[in-house]
Amino acid sequence: MQEWSQLLTSANLQWVLLGTLFLGMASGVVGSFVLLRKESLVGDAMAHAALPGICLGFLLYGRELFALMAGAALTGLLAIYAIRAITAHSKLKQDAAIGIVLSVFFGFGIVLLTYITNGSAGNKAGLDEFIFGQAASLVFQDVQILLGTAIVLLMIALLFFKELKLLTFDPLFAGGIGLPVSFLHGLLSSMVVLIVITGIQAVGVVLMAALLITPAIAARYWTEKLGIMAMLAGIIGGVSGVFGAMTSAVVPGLPTGPVIVVCATIVFVCSFLFAPARGLVFHWLKNKKRDQAIWQEQVLRSIYELLETRYKEHSTSLVFTKKELSYFTHLPPKRVMKAFHDLQKQAFIGNMNDGYFYLTDAGFQKAYQSTLQYRVENVYLMYESQLGTPPFGTEDRDESETALDTMNTELRHLLKKENLEPISFQVYKTTFKPYQNDI
Amino acid sequence: MSYDMWIILTGALVGAACGIIGTFLVLRKMAMIADAISHTVLLGIVGAFLVSQTLEGPFMLIGAVITGLLTTFFIQVLDSSGVQTDAAIGVVFTALFSVGVILVSLFARNVHLDVDHVLMGDITFIPFHTIEWNGMTLGPKAFWLIAVVLVIDIVFITVMYKELKITSFDPAMAFALGLPVTALHYLFMSMVSITTVASFDSVGAILVVAMLIVPPSTAYLLTDRLLFMILYSAAIGAASAVIGYYIAQWLNVSIAGSMASTTGILFLLAFLFAPQHGIIAKRLARRLSVTES
Repeated sequence: MQEWSQLLTSANLQWVLLGTLFLGMASGVVGSFVLLRKESLVGDAMAHAALPGICLGFLLYGRELFALMAGAALTGLLAIYAIRAITAHSKLKQDAAIGIVLSVFFGFGIVLLTYITNGSAGNKAGLDEFIFGQAASLVFQDVQILLGTAIVLLMIALLFFKELKLLTFDPLFAGGIGLPVSFLHGLLSSMVVLIVITGIQAVGVVLMAALLITPAIAARYWTEKLGIMAMLAGIIGGVSGVFGAMTSAVVPGLPTGPVIVVCATIVFVCSFLFAPARGLVFHWLKNKKRDQAIWQEQVLRSIYELLETRYKEHSTSLVFTKKELSYFTHLPPKRVMKAFHDLQKQAFIGNMNDGYFYLTDAGFQKAYQSTLQYRVENVYLMYESQLGTPPFGTEDRDESETALDTMNTELRHLLKKENLEPISFQVYKTTFKPYQNDI
Repeated sequence: MSYDMWIILTGALVGAACGIIGTFLVLRKMAMIADAISHTVLLGIVGAFLVSQTLEGPFMLIGAVITGLLTTFFIQVLDSSGVQTDAAIGVVFTALFSVGVILVSLFARNVHLDVDHVLMGDITFIPFHTIEWNGMTLGPKAFWLIAVVLVIDIVFITVMYKELKITSFDPAMAFALGLPVTALHYLFMSMVSITTVASFDSVGAILVVAMLIVPPSTAYLLTDRLLFMILYSAAIGAASAVIGYYIAQWLNVSIAGSMASTTGILFLLAFLFAPQHGIIAKRLARRLSVTES
């Protein structure tokens, strides 16, 4: 614990933490746009392709951060251009194009890197760190540039938020209302290039893509609004950045990039599982609830059908056993039992005594409604060609309502004709008596 | 045999094996899934090392198959729960790869498995790790590993040729015919994983992707027939390895990086000059049709 507090008071580390915080925020925000434009892996390719650029910059000007970044930007943009050219001028698909560009550029980067290492090109210290990132070793000057870029990017995103949003969701409309679409495209691409070339110092070329993708996709689970999503992604990215930089400063030899990525991934997995509305657990609960409701309806309907059969056979007992029920339903017995139990809890089914049950009034109403609806649907399907499509969504509301009424009357009429009209509550009340007849 | 010969031979086998299996990756539009697997295989290797404390072939293959299948499975899960495919791939491989890198830097520091090795392989040192049997030196381990995997790949593709062909070109039809499309998918991904790990030692994680994707894409531009595409792809892969090796020797640079760059150069040549699908051929054909009409 003392170690931590000691570290936290070190001035250099404070700067580094501030740098990674803003870097994470900026990449989360930019990544949200990249993700929604479905260009996540293009960001990956761009990051890998930055390696040869960094090496070229180093070969020409030495370890000047500005030269390295310029080189990275150059080859990064070249990579984007190459991907577009390959997809446009050959039968290869985008994924193959990305794979080709990514691996070949990176391979060339490795060639240059070993060339620098083996040659006498001077001090190569630090170039290796571009591969996995070593935020803790950033010097004050690097952090300044990093911080500056991140803040500029955040400002641009804030300033042009509305325009970028429109560009992301509906570029045609954006063009239609007179926005400078190609300028905005260029702006967004430059933002991606900028964040990638600054980010690789902290997380490295291999994992830069994660900094763009993971916070954004995690944020996507919590909201349907781009603004909130970008903000959340920024927070997730920032927190992961700080955490990663801190851990790699404390544990010797631990590269920053992977720790940041693992941290962001944990947030993603939590969102994936537990986010309301879109999370897996929520979905699972919702599906379970819906399934149970369906089973309950089916059980009620089968009880109803049992009673109806008795009515036709002039038997008038309203009690039944679970075993009788099993002849009227296609559900597996386990689900019938579950539904039966739930229906009893809701007082739709009453318990007479040892193994004999009956429908309560509310239960009968529900069973009646469910059966009626089910049969009306069936009759509709039988006579679909005569009836036509249901009159939903017509312009005139009154008109569609009258048309619906007519169709309903028609359907009830057909129901009678097919001899499927369910017995009503009155009939049930007057006919059925609560005694156990022989089964 | 001399050291150089072993290195060249091993490289050529890596090129051929990756070229063959990569053909189907490109046709199935799964190039980026291969990229993902080539990264996550690292986790399998580290895991196998941590469990068994050796870097012997069989353990690494098992570890690789497990992580390869896990990667495929995770991507599938995310994909089917509504995450767009590219983002699903990006999230899964970066996460598993990060865990692998962290484990390497925490636990596996002292063995012959460091981060550089992961990235660019160690083909130069391959001849020093040899197999001995009854006192005879049989050649480098890495060579035999990739040779065995190449044979497995060839057998797999020969036996499953028809099935692979139809699931690659028309998965819906394959499904309608009652082929086990999903099982075949996972089987194929296992093949990709073992090929990747067998090549991993020679060329490293990221450059395996070059070998898996670029030669088949080059072959794709040269022919329209599957069998020829496989053969061309294997030949281009092997040729890239050999040419790359000599360039690396000449310039004194990373062999693996130079092999990857060579695949890129060959691709560029095909992209420009391929007889039917090359840019120049297409331009010429267009000009001809314009002058004719």
